[in-house]
Formats: sequence, C-alpha cells, structure tokens
Amino acid sequence: MTEPLLRLSGLTKAYPGVVANRGVSFDIRPGEIHALLGENGAGKSTLVKTIYGLVKPDEGRMAWRGAPFAPGKPSDARAAGVAMVFQHFSLFDALDVAENVALGMENPPPMGELAARIREVSDTYGLPLDPGRIVGDLSAGERQRVEIVRCLLQDPRLLIMDEPTSVLTPQEVEILFETLRKLRSEGTSILYISHKLEEIRALCEHATILRLGEVVATCDPREASAREMAEMMVGSALHRPARAAKAPGEVVLQLDGLTAASPRPFGTALKDVSVEVRAGEVLGIGGVAGNGQDELLLALSGEMRTAAEMVRLKGAPVGRLGPTARRRLGLLCAPEERNGHASAPDMSLTENALLTGGVRKGMIRKGFLDWGKARGFAEEVIRGFDVRTPGPGAAARSLSGGNLQKFVIGREILQAPQVLVVNQPTWGVDAAAAAAIRQALLDLAAGGAAVIVVSQDLDELMEISDRFAALNGGALSAPVPTGGLTVHRIGLMLGGAHDMEVAHVEA
Amino acid sequence: MLRLEKRPQPSRAWAWATPVLAVVLTMIAGGLLFAALGKDPVEAIRTIFWDPLFGQYASYSRPQLLVKAGPLILIAIGLSLGFRAGIWNIGAEGQYIVGALCAAAVGLAFYPSEARWVIFPLMIVAGALGGLLWAMIPGLLKVRFGTNEILVSLMLVYVAENVQSWMALGPLRNPEGMGFPGSRNLAQYPAAANPELIAGTGMHWGVVAALLAVIAAYVLLSRHLLGFHIRLTGESPRAAAFSGVNPGALILICMGASGALAGLAGMFEITGPSGRVSIDFNVGYGFTAIIVAFLGRLHPVGILLAGLLLALTYIGGEVASLTLRLPVAAIQLFQGMLLFFLLAVDVLTNYRVRRAREGTA
Repeated sequence: MTEPLLRLSGLTKAYPGVVANRGVSFDIRPGEIHALLGENGAGKSTLVKTIYGLVKPDEGRMAWRGAPFAPGKPSDARAAGVAMVFQHFSLFDALDVAENVALGMENPPPMGELAARIREVSDTYGLPLDPGRIVGDLSAGERQRVEIVRCLLQDPRLLIMDEPTSVLTPQEVEILFETLRKLRSEGTSILYISHKLEEIRALCEHATILRLGEVVATCDPREASAREMAEMMVGSALHRPARAAKAPGEVVLQLDGLTAASPRPFGTALKDVSVEVRAGEVLGIGGVAGNGQDELLLALSGEMRTAAEMVRLKGAPVGRLGPTARRRLGLLCAPEERNGHASAPDMSLTENALLTGGVRKGMIRKGFLDWGKARGFAEEVIRGFDVRTPGPGAAARSLSGGNLQKFVIGREILQAPQVLVVNQPTWGVDAAAAAAIRQALLDLAAGGAAVIVVSQDLDELMEISDRFAALNGGALSAPVPTGGLTVHRIGLMLGGAHDMEVAHVEA
Repeated sequence: MLRLEKRPQPSRAWAWATPVLAVVLTMIAGGLLFAALGKDPVEAIRTIFWDPLFGQYASYSRPQLLVKAGPLILIAIGLSLGFRAGIWNIGAEGQYIVGALCAAAVGLAFYPSEARWVIFPLMIVAGALGGLLWAMIPGLLKVRFGTNEILVSLMLVYVAENVQSWMALGPLRNPEGMGFPGSRNLAQYPAAANPELIAGTGMHWGVVAALLAVIAAYVLLSRHLLGFHIRLTGESPRAAAFSGVNPGALILICMGASGALAGLAGMFEITGPSGRVSIDFNVGYGFTAIIVAFLGRLHPVGILLAGLLLALTYIGGEVASLTLRLPVAAIQLFQGMLLFFLLAVDVLTNYRVRRAREGTA
C-alpha cells in the first residue's frame, strides 16, 4: 500500500458549547477521490478548514507525505499543495475573471500571461472560461469554474471541494465529474464533501462518514447503497414525508407575464413569468442559484412592486400591494435567508412572531401592539414545530439554523395562508428538521392552501411537489407534473449544461 | 491575550451597566486630565458633580439643572427615534436654531398684542414646524436621491447659524435696540414668554414638553407598531422591508419627529432662558443631545437620566471654570470623553472578553 498523501490523526476541535471534531482520523491516498459525508453540523467544514490552515486543532496531528503538517494559514497549505473550492464563492462581482484569479495568487504573473494560462488550463479540463468577462455576469456554474481554475493554476496535490454540485444542473455535474476523474488520473487527490449520496456513489472510492464531529463509519460507496450511507450519516432510519392524493382546487395565485428588473446589482431580472397555482397543490420551482429565485420571492412577498395585474390572488390584482396588504389577503412568504431577512437576529422570538404575524393574528389594534398575543403566537409556533429554545424571549440569533428555520416556516403556516411561498425551506437544516418542514408543507397543501416551494435541492422538489417548473435566467418554464420526470429532463429544463463541455484530453 | 467572543444574546445587565461604567471611566480620565492641568482632581470632580446640587451656591445652580436638561432631553428623545432605526440626524443644532427663529418671528410679528392664548400656541407650532421643515431637507434628499443624511444635516447646521446671524442683524433686529444686533427680549414680552412655572425649580414649559416626550417615546417604542417598525429597521433593514415597513416613509417620519422636537426645544429656549435672537444664542444643545441619546441607550428613561447628568456637567463646568479657573474646553473634552468611553465599553454588551489560550486562532 502506498504512503498516504495526507494522514489525519486524532484531530479534535472544540468551540464554546460544541465539539466540532472529536478524534478524527483517516488517510487520503494519492490519486483517490475521497468522500467526506455528513449532515449539516457534523463537523465537515471545521475539518477541511483545519486541513486548509484556517482552523488550528486543539489536539491531534496531520502528516503530509509522512512529514508533520501544521499549516498556520491558508498560504502555508497552498504552498504544500492543498487547494480548496469553497461552497460560497469568494469572487468579486465587479472584477473580471483574470483579475479575480490574480487576487487569489501570491505572486500573480502579468495579466496577459495569466489570461493565456487561464485559457490553457480551462481548455485542458473542459472548463471553458473567458478571462475577460465580468464575474457578475457569469452563471453560478461558471463562477465555480473560476474557483476551480484558480485552484488548478496552483497545480495542487490535494483539491478540496465543499458541496460543489449544489449550484449545478445535472448536466453540469456530469461535466464536473469528468474533470475530477481526469484530475484523479493525473494523480491529484480530491477530498469531496457532500451529502448527496448518489453523486458520491458515482464518483468516489472511499467515504468517511462524520456524525456529531466523530468518524462513525468508512465505506466504499460503490458497494454501499445510498440508503445504508444515509442511515450511517443520520444515525437512524429516515422519515419520508407522507402525502395524501387529492384533486387540485381552484386557481388561487396567478402570475401573468411577471416582468421586473432586479433591485440589486448583478441580480437577475424576471422575464415574463406566467404560472397558475391551485388550492391544494405544491408547485416546485427548481433552478440553479442566482437565476431569479430571490427576485421572484420579492415580487411575491410585496417587497418588490410590479404592475398590479402581474400578480393575482384569487383573481384580484395585488402586484402593487405591499407585504402587509398581501398578508392580510392570505399571500404569505418565507424568504431564503432566515437570519436578517425572514427574522431580525437580535430580536426575541416574540418580536419575530410579530414581524409577520401582526395582521393575521390580530396583534395590532389601532396601531397599538398586543404583546400578550404575540408571545402566545410565538409559543404556539415553538410548540407546534418543535423549536428547541429556552422560550419566546430568546433572541432569534441564539437558535440553531434548523430551529430558526422551523420557527420561520411554522410562523407562516400557523397563520393559515391561502398561498405560501417558501424559498430554500431546508437549506442548511439537519435531516430530521428538513423532514419535519417538508411534512408541514405537505400538510398545509392537504388542508387546501396553494404552496410554492423554490429550491435548489431537486430531490426535495421531486419528493414534495405535484408539478415542477424551472427558473432559468429569470424565465420560468411551463410546469409539468412531477411524476415520471427524469433527472435528465429536469436538467434540460434547468438550462442544460450552460454551454459547458467535457474535458478535451483523454482521461 | 484577550479575545472578544460574541454573545449568543446581547447582555441586558451590561446594557445598563455600561453607561455607569462609562461615567466612572470618564471621571477617572477627567481627573487625570485635571491633574495634568495642575488642579486637584478630587476637588475638580466634586466641583462638577457635587457642588451644583449640594454646594454653597446650590440654591442658584440647582434650578439650572432642569433648564439645561429640558432641551437636551427633548432633542435627544427625537434623535433616539432616528438612531434606533439607523437614521443619523446629526443636525439637531440647526433644527433647533430654525425652530427658535420661526417661533421668534411669529411672536415678534404679533408684538405688542397681548393675546397670549393665541400667540404662545402659535409659536409652539411654528417652532416645531420650523425644525421639522429644516430636517425634511436631508430627509427628502436621502429618500429621493440617496444622499447621506449625516453630511447634509450636519452642514445645514452651519447654514442655520448664518441664517440666525442674518436674522439677528436684519429682519428680527429690535427696532428699539439702538442699532445693536439681536431681537426684542421675548422672555419679557408676556404674550410670548416661557417663564419659570414654579419658582426656584427651573421648571418651564420646555421641561414639561420634555417629560411628555419621554412618556410618548416610551409608549411609542414599547407598545406601538410604528415604534416596532423603527426598532426593526434599526436591527435589520431587510427584515423590516419583509415585514412591510416602507423605508422612505420611515426616514421622513424619524427625521421629521427629531426635527420637530429640536425645533420645539429651540422655541422654549428662545422664549425663556435665552430670551432673544442674537447672533449666537445657540449653545450646542443639538450636539450634546447626541451624547445624551447614546448615554441613555436610546431608551426614553435612560435619556431622561442622561440628560440630567449632562446638564450637571454643563452647570458643574461653569462652576468649575469660575471657581477653579478650569478652561471651558476642558469641560467640553470631558463631555466628549463620556461618549467615547460609552462607545468603547459598549462592546461588552454584545461580546464577552475571554482570555485566549496560546496558539489558538
């Protein structure tokens, strides 16, 4: 057996109140794609930050090709040959590709030379990139290519990829995999972090599974089933949402040629979005991040006004109404960002209950607030959605992501909406909480509400939606029934491969 | 090595303890400053904080406490509404001046009529309206063109000061003043005067207005939807927009309210303690009120206490400059230090200090 490229022994890292990693040990061999698997909060991020020199472990050692390895900062790790593509891109929208790449380098070559090298590397690995384009105009998949090319220019021995496919269409995923396989054949090791089991089964030879900071299992993902791995990851059998068959009711929400510019720079304008949603149905809207999801939600919540007829609620034009008026009529929303958009982080749960619940729950009388009712409603949400918190007086920011998400979704559901629009309802939420949220959305639809779920998680959409539509470049495809949809078909709806191509050089 | 660690929740205990700590630190640093000036620090601190209330000449200086605290509290209450929402009106001094000028102009226009029940209320309205309109300039510019309200409101203070000089030398000059600058004395014009209501207390209509403002602000912030929207906007503008707050309207309401209260303070001052429009009747209440607002944690009751404290430093400073010959600038420095220390120790509300272990990042 060859000497491992990187050996982790007994890595432990504790933060106040939580142990992120406890005695983590495993090897990464040269030229292997090694999966690091675990739920949100299992300690994957802390572990890779340790390898990349962003976090110093409290205990334990690392060895790089047999020699002690303790990077004090990311540049030390890069010097050794570690490169990392983060889940959240660190790119400047207003700069072009080459400038962004140069910013990440210790000693960038002259721009002309760098542009040529970017072209060369991107062609070799099937990641076409124009070095002169402004990053703000690129799709999410293209931005990821910028990050990958930036790493490849360093000629890394170990490439760490944190949830790389969450922003890609299925076709783009396939192209990325070809690139990664080619890198492997050249002897580069890849540490691949994901919770998408099918991808890991298609790509990786080794998987290390983390749960609550500890290594709980290792396996060969080509031989283990996705279900086995999922249960190793979660530690218990998974609950699958149950749904009752029902006949769709009347049209409740109607978007008619919804067109609007984005309120933010480098946002995506909505282009002629038309769709009808009926009572009792769940419409899933899929799409790669940055294709107009945020704008669609703003246009539905009333934070962004449009022509009145573009949004109709039970036939009545509401496009010009603000959020409060729409809530009164029964159109409720839960935005993607729970901290700072759906809730005010430093305010108590009682105050956050009032944030959207004021009108429908009768907490406001002639402008004066009924705090007793607000607290009662917060308690109702906490109880009804199993939100783990000391009580309604706790600040929103003191809750974990999953608990706050349950609170935010529960707050809208318990207001008995006619239409509920949720954006990324389970993003960054642990599996148990995600299952609870999905079940609650299904129950709401079963009770006669129209539900729109905007998500990047295609598995989630397939699981809970009756019809599926794709948002691509601000335009919405015609919705199709979910039953019988193939991943390939969905991929094409999401915009296919966004002009990407498979690696040129034979692997 | 000390390290700051964000608290999961802001500490309520520290939120109230930091102003006290800031006052103590200011006394220590101020004492050092006075010692460096060659004065006995203990005596200087006592002269500023103790003598005005309980010293030999306290019967003279004690009423001044309310006279000075009234405008400070009134202005600071208005400012605190905007500050809570992240709207930074720094130009209360200008709104104070314009409010005073408008009120004085209305009062003088009626001279020598004796219809107090018409004139005095009209002057109150004029004062509030004058401050409100002056504050609307930065407010509307911000809403319409996205200008920075800090800069615009601040610069309008200097415009207002020049308008004030012009008024004192021109339109509002006392026709019987033998050519000297300055208006008729409004405090001696019974229909327009804002006299001491209870002899020996310093209580005048401006103090009454300040107390009413404290109560109104308390109710607004804790019980009313508008107050909730103000706090929500300050905590998280995007969550506020999601909740249904119209940011432009909120900016105008907050600027308007702070301008109107500053204008009112100017009105009560020009008709009472100050008496007449002169080229420099303003004494910086509009700026000191910023310190009062922050020292009072932007909370109405806190502002009430902070206003009294700052008024004390004003009076104590005067006493100290008379008896100990402390320079006036030293007193202003002292007030500035108060704000500086408050902002510095404020970090303890949201962070806790920990001793970092060697070698951890």
